[in-house]
Amino acid sequence: MSRVRVLVGTRKGAFVLTSDGKREKWDVAGPLFAGWEIYHLKGSPADPNRLYASQTSGWFGQIIQRSSDAGKTWETPGGEAMPAPGAPPAGKSNKFVYDSSPETGKPLTTHQWYDGTQHPWEFKRVWHLEPSLTDPDTVYAGVEDAALFRSTDGAQNWHELAGLRGHGTGPKWQPGAGGMGLHTILLDPTDPQRMYIAISAAGAFRSDDGGETWKPINRGLVSEFIPDKTAEVGHCVHRIALHPSRPKTLYMQKHWDVMRTDDSGENWREISGNLPTDFGFVIDVHAHEPETIYVVPIKSDSQHFPLDGQLRVYRSKTGGNDWEPLTKGLPQRDCYVNVLRDAMAVDSLDSCGVYFGTTGGQVYASADAGDTWAPVVRDLPAVLSVEVQTLA
Amino acid sequence: MSATVRVVLPAHLRTLAHVTGEVTLDLTGAVTQRAVLDALEDRYPALCGTIRDHVTQQRRPFVRFFACEQDLSHDSPDTPLPDAVASGQEPFLVVGAIAGGTGFSL
Repeated sequence: MSRVRVLVGTRKGAFVLTSDGKREKWDVAGPLFAGWEIYHLKGSPADPNRLYASQTSGWFGQIIQRSSDAGKTWETPGGEAMPAPGAPPAGKSNKFVYDSSPETGKPLTTHQWYDGTQHPWEFKRVWHLEPSLTDPDTVYAGVEDAALFRSTDGAQNWHELAGLRGHGTGPKWQPGAGGMGLHTILLDPTDPQRMYIAISAAGAFRSDDGGETWKPINRGLVSEFIPDKTAEVGHCVHRIALHPSRPKTLYMQKHWDVMRTDDSGENWREISGNLPTDFGFVIDVHAHEPETIYVVPIKSDSQHFPLDGQLRVYRSKTGGNDWEPLTKGLPQRDCYVNVLRDAMAVDSLDSCGVYFGTTGGQVYASADAGDTWAPVVRDLPAVLSVEVQTLA
Repeated sequence: MSATVRVVLPAHLRTLAHVTGEVTLDLTGAVTQRAVLDALEDRYPALCGTIRDHVTQQRRPFVRFFACEQDLSHDSPDTPLPDAVASGQEPFLVVGAIAGGTGFSL
């Protein structure tokens, strides 16, 4: 019988929630890496036992953890204690050094700071880890300050895909309130050369050559809080999602506005429709219905909690514009949590499961595509990320 | 000249290095911050980048170095450590400052 494994990153450690296909009874394991911020952890689609985790601390910086046994044991790749004498040099699994070599053409050293001056790029943390669809040892990392790194040796060594920062608009990028993080990485399952990323607050970008070169894909986005509302870059994209069967269709939750493109980002159009507010962070797509999408509306950019104290997921079965509130099992009074950008995921069981975590430490699950919800856990630390693995 | 230096790590770094209690390091040459940290990272590669930056080798902002009731954090990494540290009488303490952490805004 199929099972699901939900990987939860929180402000004070990681948790692994497991259940059978009914998704009624759950085992909760954790905290892993107790006391550390776990911005994101995710399993390899090519090997579900291979997991990667981004472990960070304001004191001790970035750590990358890797498991090859579904989370039973973890290691810092290349960082084993007391390596044997004569052992090969350890990898630097937490060494993220921006590429400024002349060979990449355009060493880029600064971006726009809050005051409009240019500011050096400074690595702070890994926001998102995206394992390759085909190779368990290849994984991408989206980092703050915004850049994309790739490892092809199981996260032991990292190299920047410098064409993203160097393509030309980099000096115009600037941090949003949460920092300048590369938070979304989408790999096209039908074209190994195509990938999408998103940066706050720069926008969305696409590569058609495996990450070597990039172009901004923000036409159609309108942002009231930048000097040129329709600028090529500078938009605060919060999250992008796609359905594997239609990788040219992308859905976006922007700072304000829910958007859609059907031509790989060349043109976007707004699909906020009847949402009560179109501010929010998460967006995701039903596993079997490419036109069914989910968002969690948040009141505003200055009030990061649901409208009227009611936690409601909104679902559109028409690819946007027509939205219905999903409330059964969710708190409908006195609820003032947030749902952060990496904190929603879907499983691929026949009856699609939908999951999200809150800054109040709850992880909610729906085994019926959002019709009804129940908390899996209620009192974790603030949830930063939620990912799901559907296991045979 | 060789020395055996005792190092006390904060709890999170002990976990990361898979050690309990103090760490002892055998050093040759002058006993300095740099020599201690080089030996520490050599023996426990998982600590690379957690105490000082990979590239600049600068101490991370919220990490402090104490020994013999002195704050040595702002000393040059090549300044010899106190004799009591070099002789193993007193430990070299790596401390997470009682400040710091990150903001919380994803």
